[in-house]
Parts: sequence; C-alpha cells; structure tokens
Amino acid sequence: MSGKYANVAYYPGCALEGTGHAYNRSTKELGKALGLKLTELANWNCCGAMEVKNIDPKLQTYLSARNLAIAEEMGFDTVMAPCNGCYHNLKKAEYDLANDAPSREVTDRLARKAGHKTYAAGKVETIHALDWIKQAIGEDGLKARVKNSLKGLRVANYYGCMYTRPRHIFPEKDRGQGSESTAKPHFMDDLLAAAGAENVEYPLKTACCGGAHTLSDSDTSTKLVLNLLTTAEACGADVIATECPTCHTGLEMHQVRAEKVFGRKTSVKILYFTQLLGMALGLSARKVGVHENLSDASDLLRARRLG
Amino acid sequence: MTGASVRSLDDIAARLDAMMVAPDDVLVAGSSALADELLALGEAILEIWLAARGTTPTMRTVEGFRLLGLHRAGAKGDPSFNACRETCRELVYHRNLVRLDPANADTVRRLRLGAMVAKHLSLFVGGKLETAGLGEFCCSSRPLRQHETHAQPGTA
Repeated sequence: MSGKYANVAYYPGCALEGTGHAYNRSTKELGKALGLKLTELANWNCCGAMEVKNIDPKLQTYLSARNLAIAEEMGFDTVMAPCNGCYHNLKKAEYDLANDAPSREVTDRLARKAGHKTYAAGKVETIHALDWIKQAIGEDGLKARVKNSLKGLRVANYYGCMYTRPRHIFPEKDRGQGSESTAKPHFMDDLLAAAGAENVEYPLKTACCGGAHTLSDSDTSTKLVLNLLTTAEACGADVIATECPTCHTGLEMHQVRAEKVFGRKTSVKILYFTQLLGMALGLSARKVGVHENLSDASDLLRARRLG
Repeated sequence: MTGASVRSLDDIAARLDAMMVAPDDVLVAGSSALADELLALGEAILEIWLAARGTTPTMRTVEGFRLLGLHRAGAKGDPSFNACRETCRELVYHRNLVRLDPANADTVRRLRLGAMVAKHLSLFVGGKLETAGLGEFCCSSRPLRQHETHAQPGTA
C-alpha cells in the first residue's frame, strides 16, 4: 500500500443511498477489507446532479463546492466520490472555481448567505473509487490479497460516458503511463485483471447508456442498453462490471424491460466492480450487497464459487 | 457519401442489423467493402444529426477521417454530443482493423462488432434528435418544463 489515499473523505451522493445502495455497501466493505479509511462528509448535500446543472450551472458549482468546503473543514485534502455524476460535478466545480470568476462570485455569495465557509479551488482533490483502489492499493497489492480469484470470469468493463468527459475537467488523466486515459479508460480493467478476471475487448465501454432518456423516452434507453448488453455478450462477457450507480441501474432495469417490451432476453450479469473485487478478497456476496442488485447473478456466482 | 439525403436512421439501423446476422462467408467475401460501408453508415448517421440542426455536413476530416470531422462539427455548441466521441473512434478502429488485415481470422467478429458500434451511434443520435433543442447537458428536460411553464391554464 502506497499510503496515498489510505484515508480520504467519502462523498456517497444521493444515488448511493437509494438505487445504488449495493455500490455504497460494497465500496465501504471493500475499503474495510483493504484497510482503507473512509470518513463520510458530515451533512453533505446533493452535488447538483443533472437537474440543477441544466437550470443553473453556477448553482450546481456552489452545491458541489459546499461539499468540498466540508471536506476541507474536516481536515481532508482528498474526497472520494464513487458515482460518475457526483465525481464529474465535483471536478467541474473545481474547474469552474479555478477558471471562472462569475462562478467564484456566486459560490462566495451563496456561501455567505448560507452562513458557511466558502471553498477556493485547489484545496481538495476529487477522486473516483477507481482512482482510490488503483492508487492506494494497486494491482500488486490486490494480487497479494486475493483469496478467491476471479479466474475464468469474462468481464466487459463499462465506464459510462461521464467518467472521462469533458476531458478538460480531468487534468490528471492522459498523463502517460500510470494515468487514466479518457479515450480508452483502463483502471477498472487493470484492477479486475489483478483479481484474476479475464477482461474482454468491449468497444462500448464509454458509450451512452441512455440514462438521460430513462424517464422521458424509455424506449430509447432500452434500445441503447440492449445494444450494450448484446455487444457485451458478442464479446463473450459473462458479466458487465460497472462503476456508476446510474449506469448500473439503467443496465439492470432496461435488461428486464428489453425482455418485456421487445422480447429480447440477454443473460449477461451486471455487477459493480467493488462487488467483484470484494468477492475476490473473500467477502461474501451478501456482504457486498449482491442481493440488492436487480440482476440476479447467483447462479453464475455459485458456479464460479464466488461469494 | 451523402447518406442523409437518401437514408433515414431506420434504414441505416436495418442495414446494420442485416450485417450483424449476415452469414460468415458473406462477411468474409465482402470484408473490405463492408468495413468501408460501416464507416459510410456512421457518416450518414452524423449527417442526419447535422442536417437536423440546420448545418451543412462538413467534408473536413479529423485525423484522416470524415466521421471524426462530422463528430467534431456535431458537438459544436452541444457538448453532450461528445458522449458519442469514443463510439465514433471505435467505429474507425474496427473499420481499420478489417481494412488493414481483411484475411484475419477475427474479421467476421470485427465486422459484427463494428456494426454493433455503428448501431449504438444510430440509437444515440436517434435519442438526441428526439430531444433536440435541449439544454447543454444530455439529460436536460428543459423544453418539457418550458412547455409546461408556458402552457396557458386550461390548455394543457
């Protein structure tokens, strides 16, 4: 263990308290099993999600900045956000506060009005759960801890579109060896391979999951997800590994809907990467919340003697 | 190719579906031409997006590919369109894999995966067209809300 990111602030975000609860549970259990300390931000608020950002992007910057201010006040220089949407929004706030004077003005004004300390860019680094495990433990560290190898499990790693987009808010990516790539992200591939999984070449790893259309145009979402699922199966995957609660829930829901509405059944399973890593470390399926998933992977896990 | 004027997204999707289920020998026999067709279908999809926004589809290339030039033009003023950036690049990649080594044992699989990638692009653009005119982020429902806000009492 490098020591870097061994003790970080934790921003679960709203989704991890609802539909993404299994991700919350498995992230915490994985951290515990790896000896990494997570301290949840006290009295955190919504990151501004999509809804606020669409109406008032500067208000979204303020909302995310308040969370960063809380992390700073709690004495942390790093906050880990496992949700792609939250991760993206905290990064965007950091970028806006560093580069956009009107965003700083709005954030300062609203912080004064709300009666808390404002946040200045550069004080707290936002990382994703993938950065957290990759940097704090690394592939060698994981390999040394694996008790229940994922050997033989064929995995399509699905990152979704927000983990790498837009590129300018992720200055740490695309820095060559050891850094994440925005064109071909690989951190999840690296970690799961270290746990023994066989990653398949998956050409849609950053493609749209249709999350945006889920409520307004469900058929479009279902067709996009169905294409993600059938492509994963064509690539030979047993499992799609996810790292975003919105993508994960969309894949699960629309897998069911694709069968009901379009009569297209797919059998690829959907699991959070934290669940797969947790089981590789010897944690039970229940401990990492597999029973909370909509996608029933129990047969596959039993066959592979996982969990 | 000026696909936008002659093909609809439904036509393109049907052609891609046909490619996915084509017999192996058909894919092998026409591998190079099919790889180029995949790229052309991708261009036609983006032409439809640009034409719908009132923009003349560019003939400029980026990194040697018009598809990437069309993508860049399509994302201008609509950052959420970048959600299909890597999908476009994957399409170019799969086309190149086949074109550079058409006799490769993996050619059939590469063509089918290329068709699946192009299908995703088609579905993505179809979804974007449904919600054309939305805010700067892809899951905005601003027009729906504006419609509700502007609707007169009793007319909704």
